[in-house]
Amino acid sequence: MANTSAFRSLLLPAGLVALLYATALILVFQYSVREVIPGSLEPGGFTLDNYASLGHPLYLSVFLRTLGMCAATAVIVLLIGYPLAYYMVRARSRFLRSLILLICIMPLFLGDVPRSYAWILMLGANGAVNGALKWVGLIDRPVQMLFTVGGVVVALVHITLPFMTLLLAVGISHIDQLYEKAARSLGANPLRVFLTVTLPLSVPAILAGFMTVFALNFSAYATPIMVGGGKVNMISNVVYQLGIASFNYPFSATLSLISLVAVLAVVGLVGRASRKIGQRYAE
Amino acid sequence: MNLPLIGLVRLFTVLVALFVVAPAIVIVVSAFNEPAFMSFPPKAYSPKWFYVALANPDFQRGFANSVWVMLWASTLAVIVGTAFSIAMRRSEFVGKNLLESFILSPLVVPHFTIGLGILMLFVNVHMVQDFAPVVLCHTILVLPFVIRSVYISLHNLDLRLELAASSLGAKPRRVLTSITLPLLLPGIVGGWIFAAILSFNEFTGTVFVVSQSTRTLPVAMYNHVRESTDPAVAAVATLYIAVTMIVILLAFAFLGPGTGLNRDKRS
Repeated sequence: MANTSAFRSLLLPAGLVALLYATALILVFQYSVREVIPGSLEPGGFTLDNYASLGHPLYLSVFLRTLGMCAATAVIVLLIGYPLAYYMVRARSRFLRSLILLICIMPLFLGDVPRSYAWILMLGANGAVNGALKWVGLIDRPVQMLFTVGGVVVALVHITLPFMTLLLAVGISHIDQLYEKAARSLGANPLRVFLTVTLPLSVPAILAGFMTVFALNFSAYATPIMVGGGKVNMISNVVYQLGIASFNYPFSATLSLISLVAVLAVVGLVGRASRKIGQRYAE
Repeated sequence: MNLPLIGLVRLFTVLVALFVVAPAIVIVVSAFNEPAFMSFPPKAYSPKWFYVALANPDFQRGFANSVWVMLWASTLAVIVGTAFSIAMRRSEFVGKNLLESFILSPLVVPHFTIGLGILMLFVNVHMVQDFAPVVLCHTILVLPFVIRSVYISLHNLDLRLELAASSLGAKPRRVLTSITLPLLLPGIVGGWIFAAILSFNEFTGTVFVVSQSTRTLPVAMYNHVRESTDPAVAAVATLYIAVTMIVILLAFAFLGPGTGLNRDKRS
């Protein structure tokens, strides 16, 4: 392009946003290495104590629980989302394809607060699930589902399923069906075709979906605190309690920064795996 | 595929559809629940919680704030994102990939880290009561989605159209305003709508940057659920669902359900 410098001025607005965003992240880092002064919003001098406090069993357990819940949710969402995405792309009936697409898109428009509230109504002692189970006669007393890890994971699965399904559907729609046809014509049964052709070819989409859902759930705030009722806190809830409710900016900054590092590490690892697999197919 | 497998897939799809839709149905039913505490199924029905919700000053204010923040953040993100996307496609500079990764990073960076950082930024300049931190937070969070949307349009844009315009003597600015931008319009509008929806619903980052006076609707709803058991929030959520359905149906009617997914179908 002849006049490339003219386009460079278009970077200015994004540069400004990037600058403010970078400053915000640097401030998080800066607060994380400052001393906590109880009762004061102003942090004290330089210290690494906040990082040492991360080893405290209380924070360690919340951190591990968050990682575990994010990973478990991502796996469950993958197992449900894959068949759904496959059907959405490959179903013969146009009506069914549109219906699944609609089912996937609709919840995207409802924020996590209304949806978490819906799950309180679903899982509560007088909620819909207990009501239905009692009506069928499976139980006489309500089952405790609200305020449990399982309940929060179910709600997180519900909230992130659309993202996974849409990402997988895009990936599956890009698989050339000629490969599957070739395998079939060489005598492979449908299951074998799926396991040896379709599934391996959708690995990049699977990894992208896993990465996205993992990161999304790591940011979950409303769901764990509403469905978990303060008993299943995730890292975001602890960061808020420390930073906003107790004015402990330095330690909440440390937790946020470690969360950032953890998510980037997971995303980086999955991304590397994805590139390696991509290279293997390119050869 | 053989028949039993298809049956299995159908059953599975029905179950998943039920799982996806059930909470929405429960919300709508609960909104018409007469007593101030929930029980399922409701014993008496009444539309009174809609009046209660609509008259609630916290919800009214939250709604007004949400719309205000949404308009600012999505519009800013569209301007910044469109300019950025075009610059990325049309120019080369040092640190290009780094800048792109950084601008797209809110897709994976925890929203509470961003929210906390922006809070700290505005605490230092004593502007926490302002809308500025909320708008900035939302702009940063929705910008990657606008950029992705415009990227797709840029990818489909025929470069020869721009070359033809400039070979006929159009200055770069003229090419931009009369060729590039009009052709990118679907991506820009799509990105703007998506950004608006995301901003309207954003909670995790928002909860860190709002003050008493700038609370958005999701924050107001969250506070209400924490303080009370009445189904006023269910009424608000029902209105949400109703508006969403209308928007989606309109979108399907005007744009069609094809999102590129069914594009390369061969039977």
